[in-house]
Amino acid sequence: MGREREAQKPQQQVSYTVEQLVAVNPYNPDILPDLENYVNEQVSSQTYSLDANLCLLRLYQFEPERMNTQIVARILIKALMAMPAPDFSLCLFLIPERVQMEEQFKTLIVLSHYLETGRFRHFWDEAAKHRHIVEAVPGFEQAIQAYAIHVLSLTYQKVPRPVLAEVINIKGLSLDKFLEHQVTNCGWILEGDQGSGQLIVLPRNEFNHPELKKNAADSIPLEHITRIFPILG
Amino acid sequence: MATSYDYEDAPADYEGAMDALGRGSSQDLGYDPNFVPDSVKTFVVHLYRHIREKNVYEIHQMYETSFQSLSDRLFKDTPWPSVDAVAHDVDNDHVFCLLYREMWFRHLYARLSPTLKQRIDSWDNYCSLFQVVLHGVVNMQLPNQWLWDMVDEFVYQFQSFCQYRAKMKNKTEQEIALLRQYDQAWNVYGVLNFLQALVEKSMIIQILEREKEGLEQFTATDGYDYNGGSNVLKVLGYFSMVGLLRVHCLLGDYHTGLKCLQPIDITQQGVYTSVIGSHIITIYHYGFANLMLRRYVDAIREFNKILLYIYKTKQYHQKSPQYEQILKKNEQMYALLAICLSLCPQVKLVEETVNSQLREKYGEKMIRMQRYDDEAFSIYDELFSYACPKFITPSAPSFEEPLVNYNQDAYRLQLKLFLYEVKQQQLLSGVRSFLKVYSSMYLSELATYMEVDESTLRTILMTYKHKTHAVDSDGKIISNADVDFYIDDNMIHVVESKPVKQYGDYFLRQIVKLEGVINDLDRVRLD
Repeated sequence: MGREREAQKPQQQVSYTVEQLVAVNPYNPDILPDLENYVNEQVSSQTYSLDANLCLLRLYQFEPERMNTQIVARILIKALMAMPAPDFSLCLFLIPERVQMEEQFKTLIVLSHYLETGRFRHFWDEAAKHRHIVEAVPGFEQAIQAYAIHVLSLTYQKVPRPVLAEVINIKGLSLDKFLEHQVTNCGWILEGDQGSGQLIVLPRNEFNHPELKKNAADSIPLEHITRIFPILG
Repeated sequence: MATSYDYEDAPADYEGAMDALGRGSSQDLGYDPNFVPDSVKTFVVHLYRHIREKNVYEIHQMYETSFQSLSDRLFKDTPWPSVDAVAHDVDNDHVFCLLYREMWFRHLYARLSPTLKQRIDSWDNYCSLFQVVLHGVVNMQLPNQWLWDMVDEFVYQFQSFCQYRAKMKNKTEQEIALLRQYDQAWNVYGVLNFLQALVEKSMIIQILEREKEGLEQFTATDGYDYNGGSNVLKVLGYFSMVGLLRVHCLLGDYHTGLKCLQPIDITQQGVYTSVIGSHIITIYHYGFANLMLRRYVDAIREFNKILLYIYKTKQYHQKSPQYEQILKKNEQMYALLAICLSLCPQVKLVEETVNSQLREKYGEKMIRMQRYDDEAFSIYDELFSYACPKFITPSAPSFEEPLVNYNQDAYRLQLKLFLYEVKQQQLLSGVRSFLKVYSSMYLSELATYMEVDESTLRTILMTYKHKTHAVDSDGKIISNADVDFYIDDNMIHVVESKPVKQYGDYFLRQIVKLEGVINDLDRVRLD
């Protein structure tokens, strides 16, 4: 059946986006080059599609001889940037162990381990040693900082300035600028002056202010209520 | 096409199959593929008639009961008579012959060990059968049980083939030649594309959508068509979604697997619950995939429900040919539940009966799993290895010397990555035990208790938060935490999560039940 699907004429294919291609041809080896190009496009345009990337890893899994490890590395970096989602593990599940033994992948696995276990200091130190790997993907630093802030705001109502600085790896004047930006755009509040005693009040959410948690138990999805519509009517 | 060879040639090919049969190790003793006992002839003739008359009830009886009892009586360790020997009793009906061969191979796989040639022939038969169904020329009505068994067996034989192929070390030259020649047989693209084609052609996703809007009936009739149509394509398409979930789990692609299942609302009854085997296989893979995605609460909830269901109903399945399979999956799901609850101790989500069964089976192990020492890891290893799906490597082997076995590769990788995750969570059970006994405390205090410095403690607390908050399929953050906390400067405040009781669903069920009772009452006439 794979062949039937691939019979589409090339000029028709142009009108498909890669996402659509994945949706209609999830198991077609012929879209492999498109998917590889799409990974590069995601890197340069700072976009992301887990489904397309998993689809590509799947095709590599089916035909290991076609695997391009450079592309795999880019997929993994993009997956790191998608934290807190478990995308990095999802990708690793599909990559053969012998490939994971390559130096560049070992490095990425260590980086992922630091992020998964909240060791941001270690993470930034390690990342600095491998600039060539991570700098190849624009937006990497910002994405990790966003993840760090996500974990902070799950954990803290008020976070001490030095803790924040370490976690997002920004210091001194740049940190002041960053904070200023967050205050205007994200509702952060600063308590105390710019010393190490300064506290940053993070926006309230149901995780750092449990009283905000809606009682999900009381709500019933409409779909379930439709079951009794005939009775109600 | 999924396969490169032409099915019009099937009869010619068949001699080859018989040839292989004859050579099959223990199968040749006294087995004459052309000998048809009277009881088999009667069985075939009746089954054929019931299928033509669309008598689902009788078909189901013959399929579930007669086929089993005949197998037990006459074909304990030989195959059934060949299709050629019975074909003239059923007007050489093409589709019936395909169905017969499907059962023939299923029986062979269950009771004997198939040769490579038989594996290839069975693949051919599935290709022909599914192509007939996909072309929409089938107008039969078959029992859900049978249609489920087809998808189930199709995926099983694929998995079995991959395992077989991966053991390259002991392959004979002849086997290797066959593997090379029939490289399309049980090819992973072919398998996935058949399942996908059944889903698409059947329009099952649209049917389920329309059903939600009240425009169509599918679940209400258990997938059967009472207007003279056929249920075969629709229901095969439906079960193929479960088939896809399962294949993707075997490949380690949990995200895609769950995505394939999404059209089925797992929290509700559906056609997948109408066959016990389908119900169990669906929940087992759903739960396993969620475990690997760290969505422990989702896994615990569904494992709990199905285990309770099996506990209450297993006595009715004692005579079913699936009974052993039911018990095996039951045990495996307890092991998976033990893993989930060790990583995410939401015992409140587990019903009392299930909990006491769990304690009986794994109580002692679960206490040791909390310790996160080497012994604990070996228990995680043991339970995972016992309960995980039989992972496969889908790619073809290298035929270059030296021939090596690679049948364990996929399993080892999944196990390793799972244990890696367990390791990352090893400090969390310590945090949890302190959070449970304090309502608030200074970071410095907890650091002293846990014998770490304050900055390490901060990383542990952030790990706790990260690991107990999963991302759901819509990208939303969901808390799985049994005990939660927040930090204000240098003070930890503990929040005990309250049990979530779902009354809504209970009331809905009761409303539907009451309506049924009222309707029944209306029908009662008092003289």
